[in-house]
Amino acid sequence: MTTALSPRALGVALVALALLLAPVAFSEQQYLLRVVTTAAIYAIAAYGLNIILGLTGQLSLAHGAFFGLGAYTVGLLTTDYDWSFWTSFLVAIVGTTVLGYVSGLIALRTQGAYFAIFTMALGFLVFITITRWESLTHAHSGVSGVKYPESIGPIDFSEPATMYYFVLLFLAGVVYTTHALLRSNAGRSLVAIRTSEDLAKSIGVNVAVNKQLAFTASATIAGLAGALFASLNGFIGPDSAGIDRTFEMLLFLLIGGLGTVMGPLLGSLLVAFLFEMLQDLETYRFIVLGPIIVLLVIFAPRGLVGYLNDLVPARFRRTDTTLSAEPLPAGSTTTNDEVL
Amino acid sequence: MLLEVRGLGKTFGGLDAVKGVDIDVPEGRITAIIGPNGAGKSTLFNLLAGFYRPTSGTVTFRGKDITGMKPHRTVREGIARTFQTTQLFEDATVLENVLAGCVVRSRSNAIDAVLRTPRYRRDERASKERAMAELEFVGAAHLAHEIASKLPQEAQKRVSMALALATQPRLMLLDEPAAGTNDEETEAFGDLIRQMVDRGITVCLVEHKMSMVMNLADQIVVLDHGQRIAAGTPAEIKQDPLVIEAYLGAHDHQAGARP
Amino acid sequence: MTLFVQQLANGLALGGIYCLAAIGLTLVFGVLGFPNLAHGALYMLGAYLTFFFLTDFGLPYVVAILAAAVVLALLGVVLERLVFHPLRNKPHTHHMIATVGVMFFLVALVQEIWGTGFLRMESPVDGQVSVLGAQVSWQRIIIIVTAVAVLLLLTWFLKRSPHGQAIEAIEQDRIGAALVGINPSMVSMVTFAVSLALVAIAAGLVAPINLLSPGMGDALGLTVFAIIILGGLGSLPGAIVGGFAIAIAEVMASTYISVAAGEAAIFVILIAVLAIKPTGIFGAVAQR
Repeated sequence: MTTALSPRALGVALVALALLLAPVAFSEQQYLLRVVTTAAIYAIAAYGLNIILGLTGQLSLAHGAFFGLGAYTVGLLTTDYDWSFWTSFLVAIVGTTVLGYVSGLIALRTQGAYFAIFTMALGFLVFITITRWESLTHAHSGVSGVKYPESIGPIDFSEPATMYYFVLLFLAGVVYTTHALLRSNAGRSLVAIRTSEDLAKSIGVNVAVNKQLAFTASATIAGLAGALFASLNGFIGPDSAGIDRTFEMLLFLLIGGLGTVMGPLLGSLLVAFLFEMLQDLETYRFIVLGPIIVLLVIFAPRGLVGYLNDLVPARFRRTDTTLSAEPLPAGSTTTNDEVL
Repeated sequence: MLLEVRGLGKTFGGLDAVKGVDIDVPEGRITAIIGPNGAGKSTLFNLLAGFYRPTSGTVTFRGKDITGMKPHRTVREGIARTFQTTQLFEDATVLENVLAGCVVRSRSNAIDAVLRTPRYRRDERASKERAMAELEFVGAAHLAHEIASKLPQEAQKRVSMALALATQPRLMLLDEPAAGTNDEETEAFGDLIRQMVDRGITVCLVEHKMSMVMNLADQIVVLDHGQRIAAGTPAEIKQDPLVIEAYLGAHDHQAGARP
Repeated sequence: MTLFVQQLANGLALGGIYCLAAIGLTLVFGVLGFPNLAHGALYMLGAYLTFFFLTDFGLPYVVAILAAAVVLALLGVVLERLVFHPLRNKPHTHHMIATVGVMFFLVALVQEIWGTGFLRMESPVDGQVSVLGAQVSWQRIIIIVTAVAVLLLLTWFLKRSPHGQAIEAIEQDRIGAALVGINPSMVSMVTFAVSLALVAIAAGLVAPINLLSPGMGDALGLTVFAIIILGGLGSLPGAIVGGFAIAIAEVMASTYISVAAGEAAIFVILIAVLAIKPTGIFGAVAQR
């Protein structure tokens, strides 16, 4: 690690510190802490989408569906079947992984536009199944009374701060995984696919297998986030599996920076606070956000983090790694360069 | 023979792009494949590297049947390729580009990277050393931290060769390595190709610049309309009536041959 | 038999709607190379605009549809200029994301103006006619006749008019088209205008027999994607054949099996087609 504190390291440290201290800052405002916890859960899901879209360059529109599958697994198992949270949690993660793998087998036979359309169909299929299979899912009445995680010794998860740190743990996990992935051969393979499948093949990347792994991993992470969401929220409805979820996550990614390490987190937090501020304007928000998405892809496809990185003085960038939404292999050249 | 091609054929929508081609590529030599535009040279390369699946025939590499093998496996077997239009990871630095070429020989996986296992560290160190060594070899080490797309064409071509070399090939397929370069640069690429051979890498190239081919190649294979019409040393090829006709014929029809 | 004729008429009417919407989608794909994920939302907007011109302006039904088509055609030109033209050299993922943004915006806009609930548009033409013993509503006959007329007009446009020929040329060979002096920007604009006008006509035709809601475009969007994948992305004959095939499959499945089966039929077809042949039934064969 650098001895001179690089602006990037400083930035990451500040974000980490802020997240760690959030429960203290909001100790009087439980509601705000809950908003941050929810944002952190969306951020986890956004990291999943980041792997398949940001790194591998495949637009998956089924992401919200996997989030919903995770949420419904925990929701239904802990209520109608009275399982413990922990078992349900595990089932949710394993279940979405298996479903992600199996649907990936079919989805990844397709490419580009076909992949996007196929995953969109998959997303709708899940949504329609949830709204129509009333005997199982309660359709539009949703699932209420989803359990909090059961206490482990003195750790009581019904305490908002505890739940927050529990979520934060997973968030840290996915952030670190993204970071580690970007500077490894595995990550380079994914980014090579995003850049050019032919070039990736020519250097020996197994395109099919790597896409399959990336898609499965993204489904797993989405399912995990969904499971946490169900438990935190206590109630879930078909909306939590809708395609709007996918689009929201897309928005987080675009604002934060596709394919970057810190982008999904910053994007999710920022949008969460924007949503809070625009709460009175509930219905207006997509009137504003739709054009924002369009403006972002046209003028700022690299997102917030991409631009922050451009501001980092050159002396900290001698071993720069690129992080733009545009194709490029990530990976670093020396140990002290950080990809935000 | 390092590579033996027998009766190789590929049809696209009923049309033969390559038909019944036999080629022997001896180890440690330079084999050039020439022919008028549309003769099937690039298709042939795509067949050898596994980008296309042959409709007929066999490809044997180091005694192993690799017919129809996917590209990621042919690379692992030791066949590397470059593209006619130079392809690089454009927004990445030169070094990062070449590092990507090390992926295929690496043993560590995503889990190693997350856990930072000793295997991962060893791999990363080895990859960086190899990437720098290949950049050194092609004479682009001083460009390591430049963004690939900002380099001039000639330097990009060198980098793309370093990228292919980083996969540690035994056979290198070069698709028009001297396209768009001036005489001096063509000369330099010729030297670079000889140095590859000196390192023990067998080279097979498609090229339009006849001066380069005649200087460089140990043997030449001539394709026309997807079929092999001649094979031999440069001296033999120069005098082959079929070859002369193919090229002149192509000229008459403005097919754009550039002998 | 009577039931069958009745359902066949329903299937043909639905097929007409699907064809018009699918052709618009496939044209944009053929010329610009990306799927317009906002197509369903644009259809929804077309239905609301027809409703608006009919009830608030008191225009006659046909004029209201035409007015909606003109508005959407203009919107198409605006979208092409403001959104897709600036993105022309970017990866297609960016186009798709942009269409998602447009979709968001349109749905929210309609919710804001007309509310989230259902609206009913009075059927301008009442009554039924007896065909082979089955009662078929005039509205459905109007749909079938209009769809056929628009299809013929479109064929004439693509084959005979300079703009139409340019669209076909670009669909077949982009570089060649540029060489013979076709202006791709102009063609993109015309394509968007035609595509959106078609989807508006489809929506205007269906408005009297369906309820209007901001979400009405979701299912249609997916159905037309299934159609153009079945027919081959960018293929006009494919969109027509696929449109009628899926519509009849949907109507028959919901008549003879169950309503849910009708809905599921589309997904099953879509997923099966993609699983078996990832580039669509009539799609270009990947040269690999």
